[in-house]
Amino acid sequence: MTFDYAPAPESRAVVDIAPSYGLFIDGEFAPASDGKAFKTVSPSSEEALSEVAQASAEDVDRAVRAARKAFEKWSALPGAERAKYLFRIARIIQERSRELAVLESLDNGKPIRESRDADLPLVAAHFFYYAGWADKLDHAGYGPNPRPLGVAGQVIPWNFPLLMLAWKIAPALATGNTVVLKPAETTPLSALFFADICRQAGLPKGVVNILTGDGSTGAALVGHPDVDKVAFTGSTEVGKAIARTVAGTDKRVTLELGGKAANIVFDDAPIDQAVEGIVNGIFFNQGHVCCAGSRLLVQESVQDELLEALKRRMRTLRVGDPLDKNTDIGAINSAEQLARITALADAGEAEGAERWAPDCELPGSGYWFAPTLFTGVTQAHRIAREEIFGPVLSVLTFRTPAEAVEKANNTPYGLSAGIWTEKGSRMLWMASKLRAGVIWSNTFNKFDPASPFGGYKESGFGREGGRHGLEAYLNV
Amino acid sequence: MPITVPAYGKEAAGRLASMADVTADDGALRRFLHGLPGVDAVGLEARAATLGTRSIKTTAKAYAIDLAISMIDLTTLEGADTPGKVRALCAKGSNPDPTDRTAPKVAAICVYPDMVATAKEALRSSGAPDIHVASVATAFPAGRAALPVKLADTRDAVAAGADEIDMVIDRGAFLSGRYLEVFEEIKAVKEACARPDGSAAHLKVIFETGELQTYDNVRRVSWLAMLAGADFIKTSTGKVAVNATPPVTLLMLEAVRDFHAATGVQVGVKPAGGIRTTKDALKYLVMVNETLGEPWLTADWFRFGASSLLNDLLMQRQKLSTGRYSGPDYVTVD
Repeated sequence: MTFDYAPAPESRAVVDIAPSYGLFIDGEFAPASDGKAFKTVSPSSEEALSEVAQASAEDVDRAVRAARKAFEKWSALPGAERAKYLFRIARIIQERSRELAVLESLDNGKPIRESRDADLPLVAAHFFYYAGWADKLDHAGYGPNPRPLGVAGQVIPWNFPLLMLAWKIAPALATGNTVVLKPAETTPLSALFFADICRQAGLPKGVVNILTGDGSTGAALVGHPDVDKVAFTGSTEVGKAIARTVAGTDKRVTLELGGKAANIVFDDAPIDQAVEGIVNGIFFNQGHVCCAGSRLLVQESVQDELLEALKRRMRTLRVGDPLDKNTDIGAINSAEQLARITALADAGEAEGAERWAPDCELPGSGYWFAPTLFTGVTQAHRIAREEIFGPVLSVLTFRTPAEAVEKANNTPYGLSAGIWTEKGSRMLWMASKLRAGVIWSNTFNKFDPASPFGGYKESGFGREGGRHGLEAYLNV
Repeated sequence: MPITVPAYGKEAAGRLASMADVTADDGALRRFLHGLPGVDAVGLEARAATLGTRSIKTTAKAYAIDLAISMIDLTTLEGADTPGKVRALCAKGSNPDPTDRTAPKVAAICVYPDMVATAKEALRSSGAPDIHVASVATAFPAGRAALPVKLADTRDAVAAGADEIDMVIDRGAFLSGRYLEVFEEIKAVKEACARPDGSAAHLKVIFETGELQTYDNVRRVSWLAMLAGADFIKTSTGKVAVNATPPVTLLMLEAVRDFHAATGVQVGVKPAGGIRTTKDALKYLVMVNETLGEPWLTADWFRFGASSLLNDLLMQRQKLSTGRYSGPDYVTVD
């Protein structure tokens, strides 16, 4: 007999999903003005979870007007009063964290282990953190009495639906702005549950408005003349379109876009922990992470040893039901994304890189992609240059620290990087040379609300999180 | 449950012999041990914590509980030990749950050397001669005695019938960098484990990891002991403030995995001290499963050094079979 873990699914009974949801405007749920709606499906089973409204330009206008009206009172509240609401929201999120984690795993496909242990604690932490800033803005380094911008139009992606909502809404509210937020088309549910949390917290009407919809809704929101600030997290392609839309207006904008991070392993690295860091860097959240360590740069002298250890570790990854507590890798978020990952992986093979994946049985329904490793990758390959946004790791090698820096920086992106070495001086030298917003040393994919996050080059501009994250929502 | 003695192939012996040059002198051994990959404490602890969140239920739990029982070195190491106490422990080890004869036997009874003969006799008379008797020798737990005393302690225990010897290393020598001295001592004790008939008692080497303090030290001492011929590496004596912890055990499992890859020699692991609950024991089994896999998931290659763990495992076992929690009065106190 072998030690086969029995299925340990988290109960779905803790979450009550309604058959349909309206738009959350001015504190009330209402259907779309033209009555349009679309379904949201669970990527692990292709089961339709609910139907949500497709906001039209008219709905966007209504939401922006509600936010504008609420702005007068909300921005005039003393910071300590706004903090109370944020603390209340943070506590409700903690109280409802199990429900929200299950919901997020159902709608997004990510393993419950991650939504429970990573997403939800961070979501609550962001609200707690920015609640703490709300009455201390005078001391944030932006001069006395810094003023909010007004109405923030925010568009977030499908990879961390609730966490990205927290990154956007918490600093906006703490600084006195009001919000119209559009969650991603494939993962709208947790934002709608958040709307309910706002009501539960007694947040004044119109301070937070949630509009579900597709790209056209997002475009209408970004282009609305009465939006003062645009915040976007998502693909570089859409980011460029947004930049074009707001160019020439007086809107403030922050963009947090794609990445192709280098995870650099030197021959003196703590090998076992580096393997864990590589796994966490690329297979966390199925690789649906803009700062994922998707390019492994390994020093040639430890290449064989490291790859053998990495493959051994990859064989223990458990792919399957996201609600099973023992699942490490869940479902790909959508059929379109699966097709994109498949196409890029095929291109990797066609261009001569060697493909490897552990034997793992993938479920029959839903969207799945086995954790995959490409060796023999060069800077000239597409899989070394383009963001795959899936569980696909490209392995490149280097011989000297200078070569590692050169290769790591040779990308249109610059969101994050990782350095694995036991030598402190080398780590600091590398960190000063790498062109990336976040550099992790002997770890990867670690987040903290107090730590600013953002990119260089095509990874966008502006910073979220920390004291720096306040600046994007203040008139400074 | 029969416990087999490892028989290494010629190839493994050859590969191990080819590593002899790293123990040629103090300098070579130091260079080798300090050349092992470093350990990042934060990463190691995070990995151990993640493995600790695996959810083990229903059939997997039933399997794991029985496996854990069969891996226990049921231990009494008190100054107040008497033959009566040891006999009671042997009876418990051979028949852990009087209400359910399907409960497996433990792997071994672990006692001080002067109690070995009593334990051997008690196991024979309770019809469980296949349960091993392990004896802590070498001036356990401090290890502060002259080498001839430690070797005499070992020979005495082996002569009294001990199947396994749990030796403690000289932590003073290790911490002051006298690696070759520790190496030679382990080798000498291993030789003292030999019996006249050519067989030998199994040697478990105790590091007292709580005293070695750093994870780098734990990896180095693991390799040191394995190079010196340890059959098992064991975390601690159970007599200090910090005993077995999941990160330290994970690190030792990784060292065993790497040593096996390098030499072909399989070495066992025994966390000891402070493992009291089923939940904890299952976490350790998950670590073994995901680090070393099936070949190590037997009492031949993994043991728990514990005294109170058994009762919690039995209570959980009763819960699984009856659907109800019983209580401490439904398991024996021995």
